Amino acid sequence: MSSASTTAHSVVEPSANSKRLAGFLVILYAVISMIPLAWIFATGWKTPPDSISYPPKVVFDPSLEGYCNLFTTRTRQTQDYIEAQGPPQGACDEVTRKREMVIAGPSNYVPRFINSLIIAFGSTFLAVALGVLSAYAFSRFKIPLADDLLFFILSTRMMPPIAVAIPIYLMYRELGLSDSALGMILLYTAVNVSLAVWLLKGFIDEIPREYEEAAMIDGYTRLHAFFKVVLPQAATGIAATAIFCLIFAWNEYAFAVLLTSGRAQTAPPFIPTIIGEGGMDWPAVGAGTTLFLIPIVVFTVLLRKHLLRGITFGAVRK
Amino acid sequence: MSDFNSIADRAAAATPPAIARKVRGLSDRAIAWLFIAPTIVLLLAINIFPLIWTVYLSFTNYASNRPNRPVVNVGLKWYQDILGSPEIWASMQATAHFVFWTILLQTVIGFGLAYLIDRKFRGHAFWTTVILIPMMLSPAVVGNFWKFLYQPQIGLFNYIVSFFTGIPPSSFEMLGSVTLAPWAIIIVDTWMWTPYVMLICLAGLRSIPDYIHEAAEVDRASRWRQFWSITLPMALPFIMLAVLFRGIENFKMFDMVMLLTGGGPGSTTELASIALKRQAFEAYRTGYSSAFAIILFVVVFGLANVYVKALNKVKQR
Repeated sequence: MSSASTTAHSVVEPSANSKRLAGFLVILYAVISMIPLAWIFATGWKTPPDSISYPPKVVFDPSLEGYCNLFTTRTRQTQDYIEAQGPPQGACDEVTRKREMVIAGPSNYVPRFINSLIIAFGSTFLAVALGVLSAYAFSRFKIPLADDLLFFILSTRMMPPIAVAIPIYLMYRELGLSDSALGMILLYTAVNVSLAVWLLKGFIDEIPREYEEAAMIDGYTRLHAFFKVVLPQAATGIAATAIFCLIFAWNEYAFAVLLTSGRAQTAPPFIPTIIGEGGMDWPAVGAGTTLFLIPIVVFTVLLRKHLLRGITFGAVRK
Repeated sequence: MSDFNSIADRAAAATPPAIARKVRGLSDRAIAWLFIAPTIVLLLAINIFPLIWTVYLSFTNYASNRPNRPVVNVGLKWYQDILGSPEIWASMQATAHFVFWTILLQTVIGFGLAYLIDRKFRGHAFWTTVILIPMMLSPAVVGNFWKFLYQPQIGLFNYIVSFFTGIPPSSFEMLGSVTLAPWAIIIVDTWMWTPYVMLICLAGLRSIPDYIHEAAEVDRASRWRQFWSITLPMALPFIMLAVLFRGIENFKMFDMVMLLTGGGPGSTTELASIALKRQAFEAYRTGYSSAFAIILFVVVFGLANVYVKALNKVKQR
């Protein structure tokens, strides 16, 4: 608080009552805004009949059926056929048989999830690697038209994805990159590199030049100083930038749905296609959504100090 | 890396100082371009080359499902068609409605929340993090599970509305009704992105030094007066920044609305990006949709320019 103030509290310190009211309203908003997420999480543990019952069931017997249905494909069979299979093997088998079905094989959720991981990590690695090099150059060297180049880099991020997707679709068809992980990695790298350059330039700007200059006086070359002095100093910034790139690639839908169909499809276009008998299989959707969102919630908590910077391309720093 | 370092070490040790300085002087510029070139090359290949191709396609009758048909130059035909097309104008109007109301609601609620959080009640850091979660999620997955919440008979949203108002839960369809669907997408976007505006506004409020309020207090300015002549003007550049970011993002909106309504019912929620997707990937009118894409580029680019000017203003403070 201000040192000019003579009382124990600053004159602008809110009163205890106004704090309590503010706290109540904010917590109320937070709780209400968490209801949809809590609901989809709960739906993952319901049986299909419970998930579509009216009135909506807040209290229910938890069931593994959603998760079982998420990971398997099932076929309907006659009672005789099911009995001939012998005793059920494992919890999922048991749940499935209650519906007069047998497990036919694994679903596509795991391969799609793995695609999401490969594409997100691959593109993040490339975007951060390219971004840190460019950011260093923009931060430390006099580059002709630097502001224009930086604006050009940012402006590529402003393009509507669908508009970019038309020629990319044609280009990838020519190059054989359609529905390939490599094609998606390159595309996401191009989208993320603008964020990486802008964020990392801010982080590198904050590292005093004197560190490298001292190292270079000691006989380091510029490259050597970059790798040995600047990169370790920028480690936190690099980590935060990487998480932002990961989240973008993990969440992306428009390019994924237009440019991939099978082999390289990621989880976001896959989850809405989870269909059971007679409509959406909401428990399986709930289970798939929960597993897909958990990493992001964890990252949000880890990133909370850097969120502001990340979402404004480094324009606002705390 | 370690190989590289040892080579660099040896090179540094073996080079006389004068030459080393010269090499370093030369290599600074080389390094600058070496470091920037890969990024620029990638952006040229994945963003600029396709953009130029789009411009070319927008003057032709090319259709991506008929690649062997002879390509004919049609001049400005598509641009004229688009500017005269009632469907395109309807989609622009749907986009304008969506952008206007989401920004208004998010700014009012977001600023209000930031103002309350700035009271620094106990636990505010924790609750701020909780509030931030929705904006980090995948818009497509969010759209998909809100479709579940909006189901007329079984959905939680209708149930809660009927619980508080007494309206039967199956008497209205958020996604199936022409009047309600545009509001359904606004509600979800507001749920998702209010935290974003809140976070930027909070930074704005925290940038106001305490002594200004203290001085106003000494001058016996009322709380109301302080809010209007200190708090709001000083936070304004931040609010503008949030509005511009949301404006650009929502002008491009595709994924969340695509999964929630798919543009329906009819074409009431067919935003510009969804209309573009239908023309390009369902009707395969590649030339026409390329021209539409270019028009959208120009609009977004204009917004981006305004944004950068505002950003510089914020930075100058």
